[in-house]
Amino acid sequence: MAAVGKTHATRWGVLNVVVVLYALFPVWWIAALSFKDPSTLTDGDYIPREWTWENYRGIFDTSEFTRALVNSIGIALISTVIAVALGTMAAYAVARLRFPGKKVLIGMSLLIAMFPPISLVSPLFNIERIIGIFDTWIGLIIPYMTFSLPLAIYTLSAFFREIPWDLEKAAKVDGATPAQAFRMVIVPLAAPGVFTTAILVFIFCWNDFLFAISLTSTEAARTVPAAIAFFTGSSQFQQPTGSIAAAAVVITIPIILFVLFFQRRIVAGLTSGAVKG
Amino acid sequence: MAEIILEGVTKRFPDGALAVQNVDLDIADGEFVILVGPSGCGKSTTLNMIAGLEDITEGTLRIGDRVVNELSPKDRDVAMVFQSYALYPHMSVRENMGFPLRLAKVDKATVNAKVEEAARVLDLTAHLDRKPANLSGGQRQRVAMGRAIVRDPKAFLMDEPLSNLDAKLRVQMRTQISRIQRRLGTTTVYVTHDQTEAMTLGDRVVVMRQGLVQQIGTPADLYDHPRNLFVAGFIGSPAMNFLNATLENGVLRSPLGDLPLDDRTRQALERQNAPRELILGLRPEAFEDAALARGRERGRPVFTATVEVLESLGSDVYVYFSAEGGPVTTAELEELATDSGLRDTGAEAGQQIVARLDAATRAREGEPVELQVDMGKAHVFDPATGANLTHPASVG
Repeated sequence: MAAVGKTHATRWGVLNVVVVLYALFPVWWIAALSFKDPSTLTDGDYIPREWTWENYRGIFDTSEFTRALVNSIGIALISTVIAVALGTMAAYAVARLRFPGKKVLIGMSLLIAMFPPISLVSPLFNIERIIGIFDTWIGLIIPYMTFSLPLAIYTLSAFFREIPWDLEKAAKVDGATPAQAFRMVIVPLAAPGVFTTAILVFIFCWNDFLFAISLTSTEAARTVPAAIAFFTGSSQFQQPTGSIAAAAVVITIPIILFVLFFQRRIVAGLTSGAVKG
Repeated sequence: MAEIILEGVTKRFPDGALAVQNVDLDIADGEFVILVGPSGCGKSTTLNMIAGLEDITEGTLRIGDRVVNELSPKDRDVAMVFQSYALYPHMSVRENMGFPLRLAKVDKATVNAKVEEAARVLDLTAHLDRKPANLSGGQRQRVAMGRAIVRDPKAFLMDEPLSNLDAKLRVQMRTQISRIQRRLGTTTVYVTHDQTEAMTLGDRVVVMRQGLVQQIGTPADLYDHPRNLFVAGFIGSPAMNFLNATLENGVLRSPLGDLPLDDRTRQALERQNAPRELILGLRPEAFEDAALARGRERGRPVFTATVEVLESLGSDVYVYFSAEGGPVTTAELEELATDSGLRDTGAEAGQQIVARLDAATRAREGEPVELQVDMGKAHVFDPATGANLTHPASVG
């Protein structure tokens, strides 16, 4: 028995290592690139012969990258907060209430999610230029919010459905207004769902390239993925490969921090003990 | 504390289904009233309407001297204990119990004092800072009770609060609820499907079936004077035995033999133009071992039955035997059988009778025994309407 268990464990261990290597290899590669000095960039080694911070110093020297970083953080955070706040309320309605047009609403939000963004870029570009929000934060926040809301509503309504309805009834009888019941009982219980959704929405906004490149033209609202595309070498004969690699590593860090910070809040079974069993 | 008055209260769901029809009920200040019936009888819907969790389609509901039909639950000042307990899992026991007070903006010191007091009464002091997930079923149930009593509300509404507990704990909590209610003197409406709970807890019991009130009365009243077949079959454990019988010259021809009716019953039947075909209802204690009869009891009708199963409880002996003739079938009894799960045991195949005999009986399993019937305790029902013809006085 023990021997069988051992080979079983070994097999799984090997498989896990393979999968992790497969997933992390590109990350390692880009990280290695970012630490190489320009002369050894193309030597094909996966481990830099000489480690240098030059590329990082380079990108933080110009406002091109730092400004984009501020834009990225600001736009992604604001979009996430608004999308999750709206999504929470909409998902609650979808999960709990019976109202006319509910199916239409769900269908519409699904439709938005299925629409290929590329087909919307040209009209959005024109609309935003006409109403004057082209190349502004709000000009990116609106499409980000719109495209992440269906995802938010879907994830959150699944969480809301799992919260026993009796809790809300109990809160009402205990003297809570519907708003208080929602805020003091339902939302704290849906917290794992809210954080999961926040992470997904944040990653979506943070990583977007299409809208960022199409709906911005200056440093005023250009986010990091778009800004990287505009990187140039220090002279026109130099490739900006090192800078791009460094920027790519830098923008990965907030995502990792974000996930690490929130995953603690994503604890399953928070509702255990509410009702019997 | 307040009285609760329901006048013609009706609940019709959007799909047209009538859950509760025209319920009239006066609950006095401080009274403990039980709503009881099989599942789907409308008892929980009625309770939810009192709480304000369901809209009232027709009729008026008064709590105290106010019509509260249009008031939201928070403005009705009632406390509810749910079958699932519905404790807030993210709050400690202390926060759970203090939640209604915090919503009412009571100052912190008072909240604490009231919570501590309730915890002392319910023996929860040691658990005040734990989360519901770390409590046993009984403790959770007590926290739910605690959340209701800290508020000192006008009324307690309880929706099957004990049905998730195991049998022993249930009996214990039953007496505790009874004690707390008497001490606080708060008007209480309690929903259950368990007739034993109904009989032991309530000042008055409301038996419901298919959204209609069947009978309202004290437990003794329901037991001794059931208004119809449904109440007779529902109240009492073991249940009343029902037999098909034919009325001939003041004598009931039944599978147990010819049973003479006493004068009072005969007159009552005549007054009501009773049909010839009747249903005879006999509670288990209406039988006695003929060998143990004393004095005037010797004049009672006697029949012989073969004991199939004998259960000795020490104080009493239950004797099961079969009677000839097909089983009694009416809609009411079918519903009771389905609800209690008797359907699934195949018990309806024969006509099983259970008799409760004195522990001194010599009855043996598989042997015949002479039993006498106390016709003074018999009930006679009209098969068509289910009405009890023996006690027309109790109707109303």
